[in-house]
Amino acid sequence: MMQKEQVVEMAKRMRLKALDLAYAAGKTGAHLGGALSAVEILAALYGGVARVDAKDPGKEERDRILIGKAHCVLAYYTALYEIGYLTEEELNMFEQDGAFLTGHPQKDVCRGIEYAGGSLGMALSVGAGMALHAKRRAKEQRVYVLLGDGECEEGAVWESMLFASKYRLDNLIAIIDRNHLQSDGSTLAVAGLDRLSEKAEAFGWKAVCVDGHDVGQLMEAYCAGTDGRPLAVIADTVKGKGVSFMENDPSWHHAELNEELYRKARREVEEEDGACRR
Amino acid sequence: MQTLSRKTARMWSRLGQRGTICGVALPEMLEERSDCYILTADLGTTSGLSRVMQQQPERFVNVGIAEQNLIGVAAGLAFEGNVVFATTFATFLTMRGYEQIRHNLGYQKANVKLIGSAAGFAMGMFGNSHYSYEDIAIMRSIPNMMVISPADAGEAYLAAYMALEHDGPVYIRLSGGLNAPVVYTEPYAFAPGRAVWLREGKDVALIATGGMTADALEAAKRLEADGIQAAVLHMHTIKPLDTDALYACSGYGLVVTIEEHSVIGGLGSAAAEYFMEQERKPRQIRIGIQDTFVRPGGHAYVRQENGLDAAGISQRVKAAVSEGV
Repeated sequence: MMQKEQVVEMAKRMRLKALDLAYAAGKTGAHLGGALSAVEILAALYGGVARVDAKDPGKEERDRILIGKAHCVLAYYTALYEIGYLTEEELNMFEQDGAFLTGHPQKDVCRGIEYAGGSLGMALSVGAGMALHAKRRAKEQRVYVLLGDGECEEGAVWESMLFASKYRLDNLIAIIDRNHLQSDGSTLAVAGLDRLSEKAEAFGWKAVCVDGHDVGQLMEAYCAGTDGRPLAVIADTVKGKGVSFMENDPSWHHAELNEELYRKARREVEEEDGACRR
Repeated sequence: MQTLSRKTARMWSRLGQRGTICGVALPEMLEERSDCYILTADLGTTSGLSRVMQQQPERFVNVGIAEQNLIGVAAGLAFEGNVVFATTFATFLTMRGYEQIRHNLGYQKANVKLIGSAAGFAMGMFGNSHYSYEDIAIMRSIPNMMVISPADAGEAYLAAYMALEHDGPVYIRLSGGLNAPVVYTEPYAFAPGRAVWLREGKDVALIATGGMTADALEAAKRLEADGIQAAVLHMHTIKPLDTDALYACSGYGLVVTIEEHSVIGGLGSAAAEYFMEQERKPRQIRIGIQDTFVRPGGHAYVRQENGLDAAGISQRVKAAVSEGV
């Protein structure tokens, strides 16, 4: 496991690599906004706290990490690459015809991909099932599920929230990437979504709100005590974080990166020294 | 695991297909296996799971009225190396969480066994919201999914044990109520995808599934009195389909499929899809629910109204035969 400073460096490399992959995807385009908001969230998780080992991917005691907001693959795959689950060659095949690394992840435990994503609102239930089994067998592992804030508009998420609370799954951690934007605009305007922390608490969860681009806060939040309750880490983020023209612009949810914008974006991320550290 | 005998067949028939799986097979499995979970969505007592709930609380999970979560939690438990049975009424089980089933069980092959109870119109006066006559169609269209529709309680018991051993998702469609007719009274080898010839006959082949098989046998008796020799093939597995048995049927001038399900997408469709691609095509009649929501009533009433009993089947067959094939 890395120290905070190393995780910050890991996040920067992930962000740069994400831009490279999006650019290489060419006209196919890629999900950029929601990936860049989740870079520190996943760096802090994979680099900082999760007990996973790319050399022993099927190890029973590993922490389970499920990605609900699977359109964050550029952050997900680059994190898996950083900790050794994916080779550079595999990573560079991103979104090539017939390649394994598609726009939404395909399940492959050997490559660290615990669950196939793409259909929102399903992962938390599955994570809850895994967490329940761990509890009933007195196993130590924890189950982390990354959700989008827009994803929380799916009713099934709240079925899972109720369930996790009933079974007191304090080994289940839902991380919500609260970037306030979805495909059609703000989560408030599109769906009336607000007060996520109060909602989680009302469902019997412990909610912790953090700056989702501060790896120190994230690492601490992931390990917060909960008094027997499941834990919701609400990570306040900026969609498109790190690239000025993408930040808070829903049109970069899924878009194509041309050469000029790619160079500009890369330069901005390279030159930003510690801004993500805060 | 118990063996099927005259005594168990009679006893289990009284419990019905659901009572036999939930009250007999599942409690036994939990005692025999440590890697088995039973899940339901607020239908523990109704399903006859009381024994499981009381004796094996650590292996029982009630998600409440939340079928999408039922499928998700079942998949999560299955991904941890367990065999998971999830049960509620067939309609809510297969339809409310359909995409969860497709994504978790089909696409990611979660080892979950779906036990859909009271399929068809077994819910009687509950009406169309509780009837299920599209479930075979939607379940069999999912890759990797096996679809079973047992004829009686004894076969339901054997199907549940088959599902326990089968590595992959299975949908077991339970039909009929309590005290349904017994089709099998002797031990026999239940094999998925292997249909069972229950009666020979040269004039017409009746292919039935689920609770309709007992009615098909009764219809064949009535037809015999009218000089029509009807063979009866019980197609307990709709997917994978027993194409060898269907090939044998294609030699008949008339084939009649019978199911307590829509004629769209069920056994009739599956058989027709097979015949259509063969050089030798029999004439086929599909007995089932036409493309409609039926007028509700008791189980027997709805069956009768829709020609889904021995009288209705035999009349339909007689008419088809006299039309001249």
